[in-house]
Amino acid sequence: MASVEFLLNGVLKRCDVAPDTSALNLLRDTLGYTGTKEGCASGDCGACTVALRDASAPDAAFTSVNACITPAHQLQDKLLVTVEGLETPEGLHPAQETMIECHASQCGFCTPGIVMSLFTLYQGNAFKAPFSHQVLEEALGGNLCRCTGYRPIRDAALQMQTMRWQPPVWLSAINPIEHSTPPSECEEEASFFKSPASLEALLDLRAHHKSARLVAGATDLWLESTQQLRSLDQLIDVTRVDELRRIEAAEYQSIPGWWIGAAVTYTELEALFEHHFPAFAHLLSRLGSRQIRNRGTLGGNIANASPIGDTPPVLLALGAWLEIVGPNGARRLPLESFFVDYKKTDLQSDEVISRIFIPSLTEHAALRVWKLSKRREDDISAVLGAFHYVIDGGVLSQVRLGFGGMAAIPKRALHAEAALEGQPVTQASFKAAQRALAEDFEPMSDVRGSSHYRQQAAANLLERLYLTLTAPTQEVMIHAYAH
Amino acid sequence: MRTLTKLDGDSRHARRELDHHIKGSGPLARHTVDSDGRRQAGSSSHHESARKHVTGKASYIDDLKTPSDALHVALGLSPAAFGTLTTLELDAVRQAEGVVDVITFADVPGHTDIGPVFPGDPIFVDREVSYAGQCLFAVAATSFQAARRAVTLATIDIDERPAHLDPVAAVEQGELVRPTHAQERGDWQATLERAQMLVEGTLFVGGQEHLYLEGQACVVLPTEDEGVLVHTSNQHPSETQKLVAEVLGIPFHAVTVEVRRMGGGFGGKETQASPWACIAAIIARRTGRATRLRLPRTADMQATGKRHPFHNRYKLAIDERGVIQGGDITVIGDCGYSPDLSDAIVDRAMFHADNAYSLGNARVTGHRAKTHTASNTAFRGFGGPQGMMAIEAAMDDIARRIGEDPLTVRKRNFYREGFETTHYGQSVDQIALLHTLVEKLEKDSDYWARRDALTAFNASSPVVKKGLALTPVKFGISFTAQHLNQAGALLHVYTDGSVMINHGGTEMGQGLHTKICQVVARELGLDLDDVRISATRTDKVPNTSPTAASSGADLNGMAARNAASHLRERLFDFAAAHFEGGLDREGMRLQDGELIAGFGESEYRLPWGELVQTAYLNRVSLSEKGFYATPLIHYDRATGQGRPFYYFAFGAAVSEVSVDTLSGEYRVERVDVLHDVGDALNPAIDIGQVEGGFIQAMGWLTSEELKWSDKGTLLSNSAATYKIPTFGDLPPIFNVSLMEGHPNSMASLYRSKAVGEPPFMLGISVWSALRDALSSLTNYQHSPALDTPATPERVMLAAQTIRPKAL
Repeated sequence: MASVEFLLNGVLKRCDVAPDTSALNLLRDTLGYTGTKEGCASGDCGACTVALRDASAPDAAFTSVNACITPAHQLQDKLLVTVEGLETPEGLHPAQETMIECHASQCGFCTPGIVMSLFTLYQGNAFKAPFSHQVLEEALGGNLCRCTGYRPIRDAALQMQTMRWQPPVWLSAINPIEHSTPPSECEEEASFFKSPASLEALLDLRAHHKSARLVAGATDLWLESTQQLRSLDQLIDVTRVDELRRIEAAEYQSIPGWWIGAAVTYTELEALFEHHFPAFAHLLSRLGSRQIRNRGTLGGNIANASPIGDTPPVLLALGAWLEIVGPNGARRLPLESFFVDYKKTDLQSDEVISRIFIPSLTEHAALRVWKLSKRREDDISAVLGAFHYVIDGGVLSQVRLGFGGMAAIPKRALHAEAALEGQPVTQASFKAAQRALAEDFEPMSDVRGSSHYRQQAAANLLERLYLTLTAPTQEVMIHAYAH
Repeated sequence: MRTLTKLDGDSRHARRELDHHIKGSGPLARHTVDSDGRRQAGSSSHHESARKHVTGKASYIDDLKTPSDALHVALGLSPAAFGTLTTLELDAVRQAEGVVDVITFADVPGHTDIGPVFPGDPIFVDREVSYAGQCLFAVAATSFQAARRAVTLATIDIDERPAHLDPVAAVEQGELVRPTHAQERGDWQATLERAQMLVEGTLFVGGQEHLYLEGQACVVLPTEDEGVLVHTSNQHPSETQKLVAEVLGIPFHAVTVEVRRMGGGFGGKETQASPWACIAAIIARRTGRATRLRLPRTADMQATGKRHPFHNRYKLAIDERGVIQGGDITVIGDCGYSPDLSDAIVDRAMFHADNAYSLGNARVTGHRAKTHTASNTAFRGFGGPQGMMAIEAAMDDIARRIGEDPLTVRKRNFYREGFETTHYGQSVDQIALLHTLVEKLEKDSDYWARRDALTAFNASSPVVKKGLALTPVKFGISFTAQHLNQAGALLHVYTDGSVMINHGGTEMGQGLHTKICQVVARELGLDLDDVRISATRTDKVPNTSPTAASSGADLNGMAARNAASHLRERLFDFAAAHFEGGLDREGMRLQDGELIAGFGESEYRLPWGELVQTAYLNRVSLSEKGFYATPLIHYDRATGQGRPFYYFAFGAAVSEVSVDTLSGEYRVERVDVLHDVGDALNPAIDIGQVEGGFIQAMGWLTSEELKWSDKGTLLSNSAATYKIPTFGDLPPIFNVSLMEGHPNSMASLYRSKAVGEPPFMLGISVWSALRDALSSLTNYQHSPALDTPATPERVMLAAQTIRPKAL
């Protein structure tokens, strides 16, 4: 047990919690704050949504997170706002007020989570341009409601935007937490949650605790605790390591691009991608939910090595590199060398991923990213295709096709790439690529799609690409799905 | 037996009132919206718990506080679908940290079969395992985590046999949970033989996980006299009371069941909330400690039944105009391993195999297939939606066959003059309403202009295709088990004038308690804030029916109204006799918190609080019970004929979709709905039901896919793998209106209509629109088969063979 200190709705809390306690269980079981609900304990429903920001940074934005898969220890030095905190002597928060006015709660179980997602949307966005459907989707896509069908929730969100709210004093106060004891510095070896602040400290911990698990956003790791009931008793938190939190424009091997710290969250990548890789940015908007994007990191998505992770196929298509650091310093490798087999990577037990290099697109290069899933928002890919190419004089070059959901690892379609490389944009080239694709992959059947469908869908994405290039005026996809 | 009040004079009055009601002379809900905006029945009052919902103060089961020594229960579920349990070694479980008690089949003191209607649901597996997820044992520990971790220490051996998962094969082999039933009308064989044209098809209609956001949960407190108090998230407290008592071997009166609210039910907590209460009750009695049991999401999805998947077959004789002359429809419900409510569910599928269309000479047959999955159960619509899918599929097929618009074909086949009788012999009332409603929606949604625009768009768009469909709903209201069509209420007026009403219905978000309070407020001329509901409790109103079949407000609202009107009449009698000089009994009324007698100059007003206190001091009872039983309904299973429904609710929806025929992705672009709730009790709540039902059905038919492994384990067992609609699935344009000016023709509660289930089936229009879009690939010559849910995978594969390819 180690102590965690944070502000809960403005009130200082000091609690002893086990390393694998979730913020939700801390709230509900230890502190008796039952307004925040558990719907799934896997970050899929949003009933446990709460808002977080640094306790000492009143101007920083609140982020919505799923308390069920947020480690309680990561609340350290944070201001945590729950649904119980929004009512002031002056009345309810506009999110609450309009949820009532619009008849937007029925059974009410998802409501606290929706109110908290609306609260984070309101803070910083009230009285700006009216919320677009896109903004609302991105804010609320991670909150499932089984009763209302969402229409009244949409109305509530639109109405709250022009309502004034007098926040409680604690919300805007600068309130650094004075530590009674040095936080999280528990010497017990059997069980700990350590949050190193530098890469050096991280590597030291990594070297000394090889069986400890690294945790960043915990959006996947925490399911081992809540779903598989495993004990996560030795955890090293990478989210406070300064070097892993930076985005830096740089050149690598004479190619301009960006080094992205492994602990940079998806949300933090949005502005960069929006500007330089709009197709990637659009994919991010369909990756998990706002709550997940506020927590999940690029490094985590890569280290996790899931065959259906959303960013690796895109990074493969972009020709990204990894920087891995260990006791012997840093090494760099192209991303495709990192994935060895199903959930198996080149990362050694004393190493961590420090940064990812994403090359910028050259002048004639294009990136297309298409994700196929049962549900448009907050769903995992059945098939994801990422297509990088340069067209010069009607001829394709630098063709890199990254696919997810088609093999045991995120993988480039090398045969299909070869079929297109140096070829003109013709029906024949793409037909050949489709045939070659059948040699690249033998996808499996699972709950997200059959093998036959995956094979066919991947081939159809090549057809879509062909149409995109040859029939630019034709609608070849539904706008909401693809950029 | 004691009665709460003396009823002699009043019961005569009640009979008279009921008689008026049957003749349809009851008042309308809208007349209760008074000019001062007082919130009574007929107005759009907010949900009674809305403020508590948004502030997190509304308590659900797992929010209830219990003593610090309370136990937490986790369940050991079968990993195999079918076989014999040969080893269940639990020593390691018992010795695990924090474990206080472990129970199995052998530890059940009373009944071990907790089948709700028919036997067949063992509380724990004794020897034979019937589905993956079936309960083998329960562990009680000092924390939830300790109980869950202890469960994993069990040694379980099951001599596994190949699970039967195909309901069609089950029917062929006679593997049924209940006997097959058929309804026949006219010489359907001859009609089929002489048919001008035949339209035939088969359709698989997938099931649906309830995914109520609050999973199954209960808290059981041991009480004096060997009894228990059960807090449960539950649509049927009386049945849970019965089953808990039987399992414990104690009288019913030793068990009290309380339900304040559910975090969603949708049918999933009608029968399938009871097992957990029974298990927790056994532990609470064995240990003497408060016992908490909740199912984590995956356990919930594995252990509980779902909407029945159906395999439907239809063979219809049509004339050259596409009008059905007769036919033969077979529906096979995949019931899972036990009967549960499947008999009534497959019956309801059969009762709705016609939807809004006259089938002519027809036979409808319903099989109840037994398979090795969880026992499928009630889910909004109760088989009706699955039954309707066959005839809606057929409508599209007929349209393509005769080359006319599907809407034209649908309208031609509607119940109409001379064709009013269903295949089960009930005459359809309010046929004109069906026609008027559809015509209005057709006009309001601009159906024909959009049809033209869309056809033009499709002609020039090879990949993205648009589809449009209008589908109607006619849904029968009443429990088809006649005895369930009754309800009770208990009304107390306290001496400060505040009113407490209890009734047999449960609140699962549908706004039932709000409506009931509105009814009482109206009857007593009070503001809504003066009336409160505490919780549904079996010791307040006994022997209640489940809150199901859309009947909550119809039945309990009538019972509450009955109680309130009795009390009001008693107060009038008292006031007429008591006050000096006597008040005019005729024309006496309760309004705006006052008793008003006489008119004009002789008008006399007395505040409600004063009336109540005076009555109390004069020893007049301020408590009343109410009761209601739906008249007229009957059904004869031997002949398959009768009048099972008191009335029908109608509605229609137009959906427009865009389909990417390359990837199978699609989007619902616009939806227009016009729905009939008679005279609305609470228009805002009713619209909430219509919209919520629509989106829930859209999910059922599109993204919500249940998948099992070959061995019968559920693969789609979490919110990560089972996808209900989310915010972005809300159609950008979603126009929902209630049909006005058509009160219920039957004397329902203020001439309103039930609204829980009927709008669900409006969602069929989305599926039909997807099929319309696919049909465009054949230039509307064919109707591609499209089983449900129509996932992007199914849509892509349906398009794959017929679309023109660029490569």
